Amino acid sequence: MAEVDSKKAVTSPRLKVTMVKALNMALDEQLAADEDVLLMGEDVGLDGGVFRVSDGLLAKYGKERIIDTPLAELGILGAAFGMSVYGLKPIVEIQFMAFIYEAIEQVFSHITRTRSRSRGRFTCNMVIRTPYGLGIKGPELHSDSTEAIFCHMPGLKVVVPSSPYNAKGLLAAAVADPDPVLFVEPARLYRGLKAHVPEEPYTVPLSKAEIIQEGSELTVIAWGSMLHKALEATEGYGAEVIDLLTLKPFDEDTILNSVKKTGRVVIVHEATGFCGLGAEISAFIGEHSILHLKAPVLRCTGPDAVVPMALLEKYYMPSVERIARTYKKVMEF
Amino acid sequence: MPYKTIKTINVRHLQILDESGHAADPAEASAFSDDQLKAFFKALLQLRIYNDLALSLQREGRIGTYPSYYGQEAAQAGSALAMEKADWLFPTFRETGVYLLMGLPATNLFRYWLGDERGMKIPEGINVMPMSVPVGSHIPHATGAAMAMKYKKRKEAAVAYFGDGASSRGDFHEALNMAGVYKAPAVFICMNNQWAISLPRSAQCAGDTIAQRAFSYGFEGLQVDGNDMLAVYKATKDALDKAKSGGGPTLIECITYRLGNHTTADDAKRYRSEAELAKWMGREPLKRFRAYMKDRGIWNEDYEKEVSAGIRADIDKAIKEAEATAPPELKEIILNTNAEQTARQVRELEENGWLK
Repeated sequence: MAEVDSKKAVTSPRLKVTMVKALNMALDEQLAADEDVLLMGEDVGLDGGVFRVSDGLLAKYGKERIIDTPLAELGILGAAFGMSVYGLKPIVEIQFMAFIYEAIEQVFSHITRTRSRSRGRFTCNMVIRTPYGLGIKGPELHSDSTEAIFCHMPGLKVVVPSSPYNAKGLLAAAVADPDPVLFVEPARLYRGLKAHVPEEPYTVPLSKAEIIQEGSELTVIAWGSMLHKALEATEGYGAEVIDLLTLKPFDEDTILNSVKKTGRVVIVHEATGFCGLGAEISAFIGEHSILHLKAPVLRCTGPDAVVPMALLEKYYMPSVERIARTYKKVMEF
Repeated sequence: MPYKTIKTINVRHLQILDESGHAADPAEASAFSDDQLKAFFKALLQLRIYNDLALSLQREGRIGTYPSYYGQEAAQAGSALAMEKADWLFPTFRETGVYLLMGLPATNLFRYWLGDERGMKIPEGINVMPMSVPVGSHIPHATGAAMAMKYKKRKEAAVAYFGDGASSRGDFHEALNMAGVYKAPAVFICMNNQWAISLPRSAQCAGDTIAQRAFSYGFEGLQVDGNDMLAVYKATKDALDKAKSGGGPTLIECITYRLGNHTTADDAKRYRSEAELAKWMGREPLKRFRAYMKDRGIWNEDYEKEVSAGIRADIDKAIKEAEATAPPELKEIILNTNAEQTARQVRELEENGWLK
């Protein structure tokens, strides 16, 4: 898997770490900096989280701040909401993305609405972290990629890191954000790549995409674990690859500037295509940049089918070959 | 006998005034001073008058759908007056009376019932949450706030209100379970008004009491005569004191009755009998309290008229204020969706001329 390291100049000492370690460093920094920050979820304490993202934090911060909760996603998110309107800044871990479905009412009916409902008197400074996506050979409902559902709900930011560097900086920015952030972590990348990250605290701004490869023939938009496949598939094209990083609200300027330059766009995501985020991005480009387009905006996505278990993983997930075929179609249009 | 009993629970019940309003427990009743009783009576009257006026405004088409709390005034006022200013309230849409007594201006409430969300812009310093419409979904919020109070080592409690219907939802159980696990300073008040729209209490759950469910989560649940304001006050005060001194949560089941319709959009005649209504009319809380005031020699008609007139004037003023407020503008909800506007929101505001 290609290593995506940040091009940003970094002067402090750097460690070569996995995304799991980078997220652990970010949590540690946030807990150390602000006693109103708490971490709560199933198995986050003693066990250090099922992916070990919170490893060691219980010993360092104690059970008042690293809260092992009962098995109750609705109760966890509901309680975190109560904490946040009271003034704390809970970071909640939902063990797998599909496990949040029980608690979706908390997200949609309270967490995203309280600022509006109270006209700003009560706000929800909360981060919901959850792993998503295929590639871990999980049981059913351990590999869903339903980020688009959450992008649809006003009031919620949705962020997906793609590297250890941006995972650490984005999580810091998410905690600092006064509104709720759904922080969706690509499980396949947790240990799949190592990169250098600074030891010291830093933030990667929300709502800003990063151009990880410049080009003038084709714009490729992807995020999370698909970014790496999308990048690999660009071989042979002068493709500009945009790592979206924040899905809601996404960085409109970076997209439009690139489209102006290339006139050809492919959006790659693991989630099913229908009403996926690619549809929104495609509509946005159509509305704002139609005269720059030389070809239809195409999407390469998971099929209109439920996310499978291990044996069908590689067929469901867009492969480098399938992505490359989509590029070819757009280039030859 | 192969099976042994390993656990029994005792559900306590509290009543201080009997159904006709005389002291059922004279020692407990006489612990309340005349001044306290007068303040309680005023609160009951305030709630009754507000509700009557809201219902007439709805009939005149001056406010939208309104959920009456007629019959539940003692349960609302008794619990609300037991709370302190620093405590946090997590109510449902029927707790208008609790809001009033916690200090939310009546104007805000009328604005809300007019369909103006700004009514739920709670003034700073009043710790009451906006109305939670999805039944039961706010109960875990009280657990979380209570956990935060404990973490911050503050002597405060979080109080959630909900109905008998909500006690069937998962939210109720997850919230109570977590409150028990963390010994959170929370008080859960179930307004068992016997009906969840058309479903009677008996069809809601096969258990004898809602109170007994608390024992599964490691803390006490008790039943209170919800139309007896003194009993509700005492039970709530005791539960709050217990919570603030580290004793953990309590579930209080107030046995009361919704004398009105579910909301103004409902017709309770479709599902419940006149005989049942008449029976509960006889236990109506204001009448009971008035009878006890008479027993104590601190009530007469002129006194009630005078108190009522003052309340009525205040509420009339609030209605006038609410009706004179300029309507909200669409930009307000866009500007209050996030702290900072997205590029799309800015465009929507500009392109549609909504910023003006």
